[in-house]
Amino acid sequence: MGLFESLGERLNHIFSKLTKHGKLTELEIKQAMREVRVALLEADVNFMVAKDFINKVSEKAVGEQILNSLTPGQQVIKIVRDELTSLMGESNAKLEISSTPPTVIMMCGLQGAGKTTMSGKLGLMLKKQGKKPMLVACDIYRPAAINQLKIGAGNAGVDFFEKGTINPVKIAEQAIEHAKRMGNDVVIIDTAGRLQINEELMKELENIKKAVKPTEILLTIDAMTGQESVNVAKEFNERLEITGVIVTKLDGDTRGGVTLSVKAVTGKPIKFCGVGEKIGDIEPFHPDRMASRILGMGDVLTLIDKAQASVDEAEMKKVEENLRKNSFTFEDFLIQFEQIGKMGNLSDIVSMMPGFGTKFKVGDIDETKMKKYKAIIQSMTKKERLNPDLIKASNRKRIAQGSATTIQDVNGLIKQYEQTKLMMKNMNSGKLQKMFGRNFKF
Amino acid sequence: MGFFSRLVSGLKNTKKSLSEKFKYIFTGNEIDEDFFEELEYVLISADIGTSTTEEILNELKSQIKAKKLKKTEDCKVLLKEIITNILLENESPKFTYPLAILVVGVNGVGKTTTIGKLAQKFTDMKKKVVIAGADTFRAAAGDQLKVWADRVKAKYISGEQGADASAVVFDAISSAKSKDADVILIDTAGRLHNKSNLMAELQKIGKVVSREYPEAEYHKLIVVDGTTGQNAMSQVKLFDEAVGLTDICVTKLDGTSKGGFVVELANMGEFALRYIGVGESADDLLDFDAKDFVDAIFE
Repeated sequence: MGLFESLGERLNHIFSKLTKHGKLTELEIKQAMREVRVALLEADVNFMVAKDFINKVSEKAVGEQILNSLTPGQQVIKIVRDELTSLMGESNAKLEISSTPPTVIMMCGLQGAGKTTMSGKLGLMLKKQGKKPMLVACDIYRPAAINQLKIGAGNAGVDFFEKGTINPVKIAEQAIEHAKRMGNDVVIIDTAGRLQINEELMKELENIKKAVKPTEILLTIDAMTGQESVNVAKEFNERLEITGVIVTKLDGDTRGGVTLSVKAVTGKPIKFCGVGEKIGDIEPFHPDRMASRILGMGDVLTLIDKAQASVDEAEMKKVEENLRKNSFTFEDFLIQFEQIGKMGNLSDIVSMMPGFGTKFKVGDIDETKMKKYKAIIQSMTKKERLNPDLIKASNRKRIAQGSATTIQDVNGLIKQYEQTKLMMKNMNSGKLQKMFGRNFKF
Repeated sequence: MGFFSRLVSGLKNTKKSLSEKFKYIFTGNEIDEDFFEELEYVLISADIGTSTTEEILNELKSQIKAKKLKKTEDCKVLLKEIITNILLENESPKFTYPLAILVVGVNGVGKTTTIGKLAQKFTDMKKKVVIAGADTFRAAAGDQLKVWADRVKAKYISGEQGADASAVVFDAISSAKSKDADVILIDTAGRLHNKSNLMAELQKIGKVVSREYPEAEYHKLIVVDGTTGQNAMSQVKLFDEAVGLTDICVTKLDGTSKGGFVVELANMGEFALRYIGVGESADDLLDFDAKDFVDAIFE
């Protein structure tokens, strides 16, 4: 089960007995690291990786001066998060492009990790970057895998190559020749999912590698993978010398400790993440965000990115202007709701927010609540919407009746409005980093 | 030594891994803190989460005390027993027919493959099978399932990609009724459990079955990838909230993963632990057996 209280809360509990700020002592660190360890293990960080990590961080943390602006709990989290971030390292590594085209990208991984889907996503991404990719179907085992890739290629609007279900090494070779003739500068080879202990199939990958000398060999791994991730990653890396990792299904509610484990045993950069079912749902990997997520602290930055990607610029400009003038109203709130609606599922968004991640489950906050809030705002007079301070108790009753809700609902909305106003103000004035880092109350 | 090299060398030592570790743990040493730490390592490495591991070890400690055990070798059977007992509470009752099985789960866990294997299993038992391909989302999911259906000559009802999944289920149920089928297997699109709109759609599909086919024994089976970690609990919890799960199937246990989260799932609710998948061919879908499962953890 997830954490019942956030790591931050638990750490603060440990440190609550401390009355004055001083240096972190060995005993305090030891107690705190016990909690950090549980947090890491619950995030599916491998046992050994977690152990080594804790030892390393403990050494660093003992004797650290507690900064004035932080509580001891926050200080420990800061140290842990910084260390996690630096270990997952190299913020969003790029794809290697061969100086002599075509660039060959070979996908590999366990069954169901999402290689075929990811091949299509990579194809579209590269096409958008002005490349001319070709997808190659080398999964000759799973029924209909070839067809799935073909449809993916069609959706991405990129070229596709297949050559039956006999010999994947030959198919790959012929695909490269074909790409050269057709002027494709990137070739993405989708291979069959396989267990890392399946000798025959691992050998097949080695042979494909030998035949086509890929520029990139990308291990695709499911973000929900448990303790075995280290053995999987280690074996693929030893056999194939992978060049990077793609983590898929990060749009789920997993804390994704697999990212740390995989990076730790292979030393190879995590290049991309899959964050949805649509063909455009691919993102660069951000170690800093992942660190917060592993610790159960949500992912504010991704949330903000997502917001930026899907909101209507003109509409939001209006809202922003109002924010700047500090005259954020319910009208703006309504626009925001509509924009948030476009960002996708509300609970996804909420799950990315620190402190909410483990407390809110699907159903607590959902579209019906949004609808309710919309109805409430629509039941306000124009005046009230533009000047929320006007809404007194008697108005609230009327609004509740008008929107077929209760006064509690109306109060809830007003409270949320006030919080949003505050939050948006902070975002607007560039205090985001502060909010996320130092000043955020755990 | 750097973090990576230290870890890699650390892993080399543990790579011979659990089996050797176990021989070593239970070979006549005194019971001490180190012993419990080693056990903790083994259980957590099998993806039994921290809190359940703690519960198991606490139970072990109290039984050691009560039975006044002194040597670690005496603990092996005891430990296995504790875990097996947790699992035995979730034994699977026998099916009755007609039977409807709605198969759900996140993307890539092996739902379609599991349905193919189930179709084989029931056909071998001389049951008449209808398969509903209600995964109308994933490209070529229908093709994949049709290959399986053809292999066992099961009636296969599907819709185009993008078609309404509930309608496919409705049609398949009508077909099952008219053909007097014994079993209807319903494949659904993989979906991440935290996407409430997709879960609402699943709920709708689920209701079609109970409304249109009340005479069938209705099972809602979640397929969980055996390589999954702690997220398995969230998956089961949220799918249960959506459709009311009755059965669990864990796939891909032919790798090195132990699927220890099953122990935690057993602790969570009254789900029947029904199947495990240990390979790609049709007879690699086995009935779940608590004792075998625990033995495998300690292998």
